[in-house]
Amino acid sequence: MPDTAGLVKLPEEMAAALATDDTAKQPFAPTIVAFFCTWCTYTAADMAGLSRMAYSPAIRVVRLMCSGRLDPQFVVAAFRHGADGVLIGGCHPGDCHYQEGNYKALRRVALLRSLLGQLGIEPQRLRLEWISASEGEKVQRVCNEMAEQLRELGPLRLGSQGLQAEQVQNGHQEYLSIDTHDPVEATTP
Amino acid sequence: MTKPKVAFYWCASCGGCEEAVVDLDEDLLAATSLVDVVFWPVALDFKREDVEALEDGELVASFINGAVRTSEQEEMVALLRRKSQAVVAFGSCAVLGGIPGLANLYDREAILSTVYREAPSLEVPATTFPMKQTRVDEGELSLPTLWSSVCTLDDVIDVDYYLPGCAPPPRLIWAALSALVEGRLPEKGAVLAPDVALCSECPLSATKPEKLSVSRFRRPHEFLADPELCLLAQGLVCLGPATRAGCEAVCIAGNMPCTGCMGPTTRVTDYGAKALSGIASLLAADDDADITARTAEIVDPVGTFYRYSLPASLLRQRVGETVGNGAIK
Amino acid sequence: MPNAGPVKVGVYVCHCGLNIASKVDVSQMVAYAATLPGVSVAREYKFMCADPGQELIQQDIKDGLVDRVVVASCSPLMHEATFRRATSAGGISPFLFQMANIREDVAWVTDDRDAATEKAKALVGGAVRRVSEHESFERRYVPVHPEVLVVGGGIAGIHAALVMAEAGKHVYLVEKEATIGGHMARFDKTFPTLDCSACILTPKMSSVRANPNITLWTYSDVESVSGFSGDFVVRVRRRPRYVNEDLCTGCLSCIDACIYKRGRTDDPWNEGLSKRRPIYMAFPQATPSVVVVDPEACVDFRTHKCPRPCVDACERNAMDFDQKPRIEQIKVGAIILATGFHTFDARRIPAYGYDRYPGVYTSLEVERLLNASGPTNGELVMRDGSHPRRVAIVHCVGSRDANTNAYCSRVCCMYSLKLAHLVRERSGAEVTEFYIDLRTPGKGYEEFYEKIQKEGTRFVRGRVAQVTEEDGALVVHATDTILGKVRRVPVDMVILAVGMEPQPDAEDVRRLFNIGCGAEGFFTERHPKLAPVSTFTDGIFLAGACQGPKDIPDTVAQAGAAAAEVLAMVDRGSVEIEPATAFIDAAVCSGCRTCVGMCPFSAISFDAATNVATVNEVLCKGCGTCVAACPSGAAQQRLFTDAEIFAELEGLLYA
Repeated sequence: MPDTAGLVKLPEEMAAALATDDTAKQPFAPTIVAFFCTWCTYTAADMAGLSRMAYSPAIRVVRLMCSGRLDPQFVVAAFRHGADGVLIGGCHPGDCHYQEGNYKALRRVALLRSLLGQLGIEPQRLRLEWISASEGEKVQRVCNEMAEQLRELGPLRLGSQGLQAEQVQNGHQEYLSIDTHDPVEATTP
Repeated sequence: MTKPKVAFYWCASCGGCEEAVVDLDEDLLAATSLVDVVFWPVALDFKREDVEALEDGELVASFINGAVRTSEQEEMVALLRRKSQAVVAFGSCAVLGGIPGLANLYDREAILSTVYREAPSLEVPATTFPMKQTRVDEGELSLPTLWSSVCTLDDVIDVDYYLPGCAPPPRLIWAALSALVEGRLPEKGAVLAPDVALCSECPLSATKPEKLSVSRFRRPHEFLADPELCLLAQGLVCLGPATRAGCEAVCIAGNMPCTGCMGPTTRVTDYGAKALSGIASLLAADDDADITARTAEIVDPVGTFYRYSLPASLLRQRVGETVGNGAIK
Repeated sequence: MPNAGPVKVGVYVCHCGLNIASKVDVSQMVAYAATLPGVSVAREYKFMCADPGQELIQQDIKDGLVDRVVVASCSPLMHEATFRRATSAGGISPFLFQMANIREDVAWVTDDRDAATEKAKALVGGAVRRVSEHESFERRYVPVHPEVLVVGGGIAGIHAALVMAEAGKHVYLVEKEATIGGHMARFDKTFPTLDCSACILTPKMSSVRANPNITLWTYSDVESVSGFSGDFVVRVRRRPRYVNEDLCTGCLSCIDACIYKRGRTDDPWNEGLSKRRPIYMAFPQATPSVVVVDPEACVDFRTHKCPRPCVDACERNAMDFDQKPRIEQIKVGAIILATGFHTFDARRIPAYGYDRYPGVYTSLEVERLLNASGPTNGELVMRDGSHPRRVAIVHCVGSRDANTNAYCSRVCCMYSLKLAHLVRERSGAEVTEFYIDLRTPGKGYEEFYEKIQKEGTRFVRGRVAQVTEEDGALVVHATDTILGKVRRVPVDMVILAVGMEPQPDAEDVRRLFNIGCGAEGFFTERHPKLAPVSTFTDGIFLAGACQGPKDIPDTVAQAGAAAAEVLAMVDRGSVEIEPATAFIDAAVCSGCRTCVGMCPFSAISFDAATNVATVNEVLCKGCGTCVAACPSGAAQQRLFTDAEIFAELEGLLYA
């Protein structure tokens, strides 16, 4: 379905097509990528599992040795490939297995959040939590909370501009079908 | 023996890349003796028809600068692609999207509105607005389509080589031209600049402390930096550690921090995110309040870290919101 | 470095009995896995971790069907090691393996079966993409140097040193005081047996001195530590005693001859309750039995005019006023830290009147009073010369207190009961204990408590609010929570049961050895339950109160455990280093130095000559912080490279 950008009104045919599009009506199930540090948060998630604490299936965990390994590139890549939210789990300040990695993660995430905000990504989509190895309950609570928040917020709309650009070489005719401007009654002087 | 034919073209650009070619100085004469420039809108009077008249592949290389965001640019680069053996994405705009790429923070309507209606310097009536078709006495004029986002050159056509820089350093341009003429170009897809970060050739590198920690970020206008001391150590956001070398640290020599125009090394996927990581890792902060303060000192993170590379980045542009009828605003 | 070339990924989905199979459609997963790029084999089995499961993997590798392995089963924290071994047994690198956790992360936490299967598929997709990027490398080992170092000569260090020396290992025992023995040498009696502390300790101290495998360096500090597990280089600074240790026999003639017949400076051995002379020996059984000259008290150091009768008195010519500090450099394979504790400074609770009222003492001061070789020859005599008739013992001074230390110091209840007994026995005084709870969990401890109760010691349950002076007596103000009344109890002497704290230089020590400490400052063990004597720094072990408050039995047990783990290491002869280490491609390192300050283990060094940073992969613990920081991608982490993580993300999100 071609997406339009910069316009407020769609051509009639498109609006009609949308109206019959089932995908627009299915309840939205968010996808969240979670980067968990091995020693604390990943262990806590295992504890949650051992205790059979059910939580939203939205979460997909990527295990890192330390939250200090969290490269901001991973966060933008996760959003790029379809995640609606990213959760980062590390040890509480002072408890990092490797002493300071979580402090570095905190700094990177703080600056990254500021940058993502400028790109229109809501702050709820990037969450940093300190979860220690025994806090299985916290894993459950945070995952459920975040899934619920994102369900209400809706999917991350990277804008098909981004995705479409890859199709540009092959199908860039779609791109060119967008007119310069439409809605305002423009008159020539 | 006929000289190899090359073309230069500009898309959404400032003209600085053309000037960089002129900056070859004496080498320019040598360059023109090596190659035959058959198309260069800013400098020579050849027309589009002249390019169309060439055989496919007749051009040894086209050096195309500027980002792509209109249908005219798209047509021209596609044309030059057909006519060239090799296409070089010339300059940061073509390689990464460049400064024009920052337009991806706004939607098209906002841009047009600002430029044609709301800019404080405008005096024309608010009703004048560019139209796709306009009838004038002489006939019908049409404007190219303005795309909804800025693209890099390789989003639109197949690119053989990349020569980043805003503008590319004349030394690297000369090296590329020589390599081209002598048939010494590296494998397709290569970036024609060293694959190592700028600190390796920065004259201030030796003054950088081994364990650097920045307790306050400052912007160039706030103070006069000491030209003998690493700029990052003085709190300027210098992106030298994240940016390709090849420019001989010309900005640093001018007492200004590197802003990243040469783009990332091959090992980095998203320049801005990686540069942000490097800078954030150096924050000196004892508590959350300090971290908030440091973060606030970097007032425009996208403009700082993605100044030249937003269209080439993983997220490319400001994300959209869904509005009522399904259109994306 | 992304992996080039085709791969043959074997995917093995485990049922884990019904643990996984009841929630996840395993067959659907296997079918899905078979469609993924690079997958050559997709199987399912009931219990992958059992021998037949592992053999499935090994056989497929040996048959050439598979050159990378994905197991979708439980948590890697459970079985990654198992499956890495199976992969290795098949004949390929153990690191060409990745696990997808579909039990703890999926089957056990997802209610809906369809959602669980979808999630499991995504995780397997991620693992397949990721393992395709893995590089082949082998386990790496370094040899262990057979000599060991024990830092701290209290009961913990002494016991550990003896165990290891008996096993034939050469031990360096470094102690900062002039004698070994630590706090235990200063106590009078120990609970619950009421053994004379020195009597049970000094035989061990003599054994240390006599053992040919132990090199004892007292009055010495560790100055620097470098190297890594199996190969530490340690510099020890031996401070000058101004007495030749090899010649002195401990006859004490020099002390008798000293022009100062009485003590001049506060004697820290007696907690400042007495003075010591400029030339002294801490206590009669000091080990080594060598005197010490205090350069700050000895007048000769200031005026150079003393006739030095000590020199004349010494028949062995052991006095040496020209002695200089000496640096010894040693190489050891493992280090045990047994640096002990420090008592809480009671001045931090002004309400208790310590250092204000002369009748208020700390427990350690009272130990010295009660000790026969202490300042009052074992008599309970107060600073003003009087004998107390009524004594109060205040529990939890500086412990279980949000204002000072939140933790319980573990030993104070028992030693307070002991002091109650000794005070009554020695002086006949009436003793009242003011407590919050009475913690007497050890062997014979509860029985000891009963005995003290039966002896007539009084107990008031309530935290002491303050100690004041009224009409020549000290008054202890406390809420008696059992009676429900506020009590003001007049006594002659107050003994504060001060808690245990880390040594004041613990932070410096831990940085020296590159280990961690917790919020209260005690050194951090690798795991509070399962690894109480090792640290996160390989090759460095802990014993005794430096790791946390504990009594003598637990200290000795822990010291023995630490010695055993060291012996295991040394006898094995080599240690495996962390596989997921960081490394820097020197060809593309720009010398930006962003990484150098990132490493808390000092594993990254920068060479200004070549302008390149290098990771010492033996020191590297594998956190990856430097890798995320490297702004130009010159640093990567084995098993967690950017390419591997990006691939995992794409697989997870079906990109």
